[in-house]
Amino acid sequence: MTLLLDVDGWSGHRAGQHVDVRLTAEDGYQAQRSYSIASAPDAGMLELTVERIDDGEVSPYLTGDVRAGDQFELRGPVGGYFVWDPDVRGDVLLVGGGSGVVPLMAMARQRAADGDDVPTRLLYSARSWDVVIYRDELQRLTGNGFEPSFTLTRERPDGWTGYTGRVDDALLEQVVPGEPAATFVCGPTPFVEAVAAALVRRGHAPERIKTERFGPTGG
Amino acid sequence: MDGLRLDGNAAAGLLQDIFGMDVTVADGTCDGCGATEALGAVHVYLAAGTVLRCPHCESVLMSVVRSERRLWVDVRGVRSLELRTP
Repeated sequence: MTLLLDVDGWSGHRAGQHVDVRLTAEDGYQAQRSYSIASAPDAGMLELTVERIDDGEVSPYLTGDVRAGDQFELRGPVGGYFVWDPDVRGDVLLVGGGSGVVPLMAMARQRAADGDDVPTRLLYSARSWDVVIYRDELQRLTGNGFEPSFTLTRERPDGWTGYTGRVDDALLEQVVPGEPAATFVCGPTPFVEAVAAALVRRGHAPERIKTERFGPTGG
Repeated sequence: MDGLRLDGNAAAGLLQDIFGMDVTVADGTCDGCGATEALGAVHVYLAAGTVLRCPHCESVLMSVVRSERRLWVDVRGVRSLELRTP
């Protein structure tokens, strides 16, 4: 589910950053969660893509109960570590698991908006083709050095010619030819740790691999 | 425990409350093993409070507990912090 927000006094952001959304109940109880920003810095409206966790405290509101015109508290942008560097030279590798693709999408969008042709490969792992977020846009962005590839771990449509199975050493061997200048990995904690460990086993320098894990923090 | 492990990024907002600036790009040196990492790259565990641990030796670098009007910050595991000023 994608929300477009018009934020008063928004100072702009860098692709990869997140916001903290805080909801306050009538009795004063507060719940706060972090969501990655999906939009490119110059997109105008701030776009958040939120995955619904049914028994969560914040995502059911953001994906179900929220109405156009509602207001809620938002802090950000926060986090200057897991961000796209527009001056990067050399290949970039983006690896996303499930909704971990969201901050990577902001990077792909910024890259496209800048007319940047830095070779960028996105490896996106999803359970099935119908849960792949931004499918059409990712296909449209393809070219000018941007190359998305998909691996489906559970179900695949008839005639699927993309990759299948988890991101492991063998799959990385096929998708990633050499060592990129910069790598960003985002997804659930076990996914991120498995991918980062596999990259390090291939000899990639750990300091060039930036990770953003998201865990079961209650959604 | 692995499922609850996050990155320093996840604590970016909280750390900003404490330091008044983004410190996820600041380099912290672990008092346990002497390794230096950007705070955005350390391990974070969320429970009743927020605990930052060294990704190399898992020593506690910093812990923060928040109540309604107070923050308790323990930074004894950080030997030094190198901040970039604007």
